[in-house]
Amino acid sequence: MNFGVQPIPDNEIFAVFRGDRLEYQSNDGEGGLFWDVQAWGGTDYSKLWFKSEGFWLFDKETFEEAGVELFYSRNIATFWDLQAGVRHDFEPHPTRTFAALGIEGLARYWFEVDVTAYISQDGDLSANLEAEYDLLLSQRLILQPRFEIDVAVQEVEELSIGQGINDIELGARLRYEIRREFAPYIGVSWSRKLGETADLAEADGESIETTSLVAGIKFWF
Amino acid sequence: MNGSKEITRRNFMKTTGAGLFLTGLYCTLPMPAWALTTSPGIEQRTPKSRYDFTIGYSPVQIDGREGTATAINGTVPGPLLHLREGGDVTLNVTSRLMDTEHASIHWHGILVPFRMDGVPGVNFNGIQPGETYEYRYRVKQAGTYWYHSHSRFQEQTGAYGPLIIEPKNGEPFDYDRDYPVVLSDWSFEDPETIFRHINLMGHYYNFQRRTIWDFFEDVGERGFADPISERMAWGKMRMSPVDLADVTAYTYTYLMNGHSPDMNWTAIFNPGETVRLRFINASATTNYDVRIPGLDMEVVMADGKAVRPVSVHEFRIGVAETYDVLVRPMKDQAFTIFAESLDRSGYGRGTLAPEPGMKAPVPALRPRPVRRLEDIGMGGMLHGNMKDMSHSQMDHGSKASLDDPRIPGPNGPTPFKPEKSRSNVEMVITNPTYRLDEPGIGLGKDGWRVLTYDDLVSIEPQPYSATVDREMTINITANMERYMFSFDGKKFTQHPCPYLFRHNERLRLFLVNHTMMEHPIHLHGMWMQLENGADKLPFKHTILTKPGEVLSVLITPIEKGDWAFHCHLLYHMEAGMFQVVRVA
Ligand SMILES: [Cu+2]
Repeated sequence: MNFGVQPIPDNEIFAVFRGDRLEYQSNDGEGGLFWDVQAWGGTDYSKLWFKSEGFWLFDKETFEEAGVELFYSRNIATFWDLQAGVRHDFEPHPTRTFAALGIEGLARYWFEVDVTAYISQDGDLSANLEAEYDLLLSQRLILQPRFEIDVAVQEVEELSIGQGINDIELGARLRYEIRREFAPYIGVSWSRKLGETADLAEADGESIETTSLVAGIKFWF
Repeated sequence: MNGSKEITRRNFMKTTGAGLFLTGLYCTLPMPAWALTTSPGIEQRTPKSRYDFTIGYSPVQIDGREGTATAINGTVPGPLLHLREGGDVTLNVTSRLMDTEHASIHWHGILVPFRMDGVPGVNFNGIQPGETYEYRYRVKQAGTYWYHSHSRFQEQTGAYGPLIIEPKNGEPFDYDRDYPVVLSDWSFEDPETIFRHINLMGHYYNFQRRTIWDFFEDVGERGFADPISERMAWGKMRMSPVDLADVTAYTYTYLMNGHSPDMNWTAIFNPGETVRLRFINASATTNYDVRIPGLDMEVVMADGKAVRPVSVHEFRIGVAETYDVLVRPMKDQAFTIFAESLDRSGYGRGTLAPEPGMKAPVPALRPRPVRRLEDIGMGGMLHGNMKDMSHSQMDHGSKASLDDPRIPGPNGPTPFKPEKSRSNVEMVITNPTYRLDEPGIGLGKDGWRVLTYDDLVSIEPQPYSATVDREMTINITANMERYMFSFDGKKFTQHPCPYLFRHNERLRLFLVNHTMMEHPIHLHGMWMQLENGADKLPFKHTILTKPGEVLSVLITPIEKGDWAFHCHLLYHMEAGMFQVVRVA
């Protein structure tokens, strides 16, 4: 008997849009705008996720990379969600579409972790891992080290992707939380291509190592 | 014509002036008669048997800022509901909240027939906009209680007030003045927004987190090893030892009888008088630590029921609890009534003064405490026992603390084995401990005496059987990182059926808190008698359970029907820490 009223609607739907990184990157003189944004909606157990990452080069007026991902996300353990979905890269060319399967959550010792495996329409397997950590310098001044690694199982020559570890990226961003939802930041990001990918880049006359100063905002609403 | 107009206007100015003097500088909107800024106390002892309440949107003004409340009869707190033991009452409650699903009033701690208990979806279908619900019941008890809306977040936005009942045969103690002291927490933010914030980011309102400088300071004091292993243990659990309150002074103004600390609600006394202060914690989420520097407080009632007087300097009052204390100020001076929030982010304040306008110094907030692993029943993690607490340890943890003779019953609580929907449960405490003799986190080290639950000894008749017929265990569980709160690892909507109590049985209910936070657990419709070793067990309607604690209560379900059982932190309840108890 509940008199037609749900006493406690405890499976509420929330939705949020998060700009984790929206920043200017100096990128060794080839400056551009980088974005890493996400949105999700759903309950504690099931969510729909949208993610997008990309980089716009000011001088060339082109996207160096741009992709979107759409996931169904299911809570599978206390701190972890399993995510299955698709990814499409509009840039670089040729464009590619992937099926994706990943895990996102909070690892021990407060590391925010996101690991995703991809299989492209051509059957190429790859994976991406991102991890972040918050170090509190004060209640509002927070240093966030960040680590990212890309791995490919097969070589994709048109895109200069080699087999094995493609690249790693280490960053540190110092943000000031004016509000919890709005934090400007500055930082540095260092990335290096590795293994076959580095060889391919060197053969093309590209640099394999980039150090970038970054400035941007982290926000959500 | 002109002359009379002027007189009218002058008269008006005079009245306004008098009103300002009476109600204080900030408070230009109406306050209920019992909660005027300078109050002589409850003067007319005239309980009534009929009240008409209207819940509607009303403006409130706090520290000069105007907000909108879901107020009862236009004021926050609502009117003083003054009843007489043994009398029949009629309470007509009308909702003028035209844009809500329903409104309701629950009579907190009052034993009523189950259709009168006021929980929408459990006892009735709520009060629809524009409707009136008639509550009728016979008052079977006396003492200090309160009432509040049980619909969504209306309690956070002002739908609460004090309820006092005159005893049939006189009070068990003497006093000269009588003041309800309603503690609450007010935010100008929409509670739906607060709820969203803490769901999306557990530490949204916590600006007292540990920084790396705290770490270095810690290392300076204790060397490297301890602070590291302590932080590793917390990090392994993804919990914070300074997660003390979900919602803090960042958004709250703490109120005493509807007055902010600056508005300074003042109770008048004559030196030498005995003053009865009826503390009622009507907060949505704030547990308070109350003291009156310079005065001893004699605790004479807990949750409306008389206890053997205990002299203390401070007591913790969980959300929804009440304590009646007597104070006897002899000197012609003012005293501050200081109600510090458990997380030390802010305080409520009022004054006891012989004359209006007198003030006493306001104490500084104490530093916010840091929970030790031992405080949450995870002390083992520090000593090499670094197994995954959340899952595997429950099967092979030692039972040492359950051998504590203070934990009643031959076996103690049933061990908790969460079902497969593990995401609701972030930790299982294998060695819950007896903590009724502890004052609680952040208390007891100031050199003054703090009340504990062990101090409560009833002096009321003990009408129920002493023989226990049945034992039952309810586990308090949470995944705080995801803001999921539950009983026995299930949110309200995941429980297949209500908890079953048998009519008139004598039930021993164990409560085991498997979380790292305090939860004020409230059972509707019947008393819980706290098994604290007293020869006469104290009666409670709300029990503030500590992290890692096991406690037991004896219950005699005297009224058939469905009753709400829940955490009284409003946001925990709405996140699922709620269940129905069926007495059949
Ligand atoms: Cu709770």
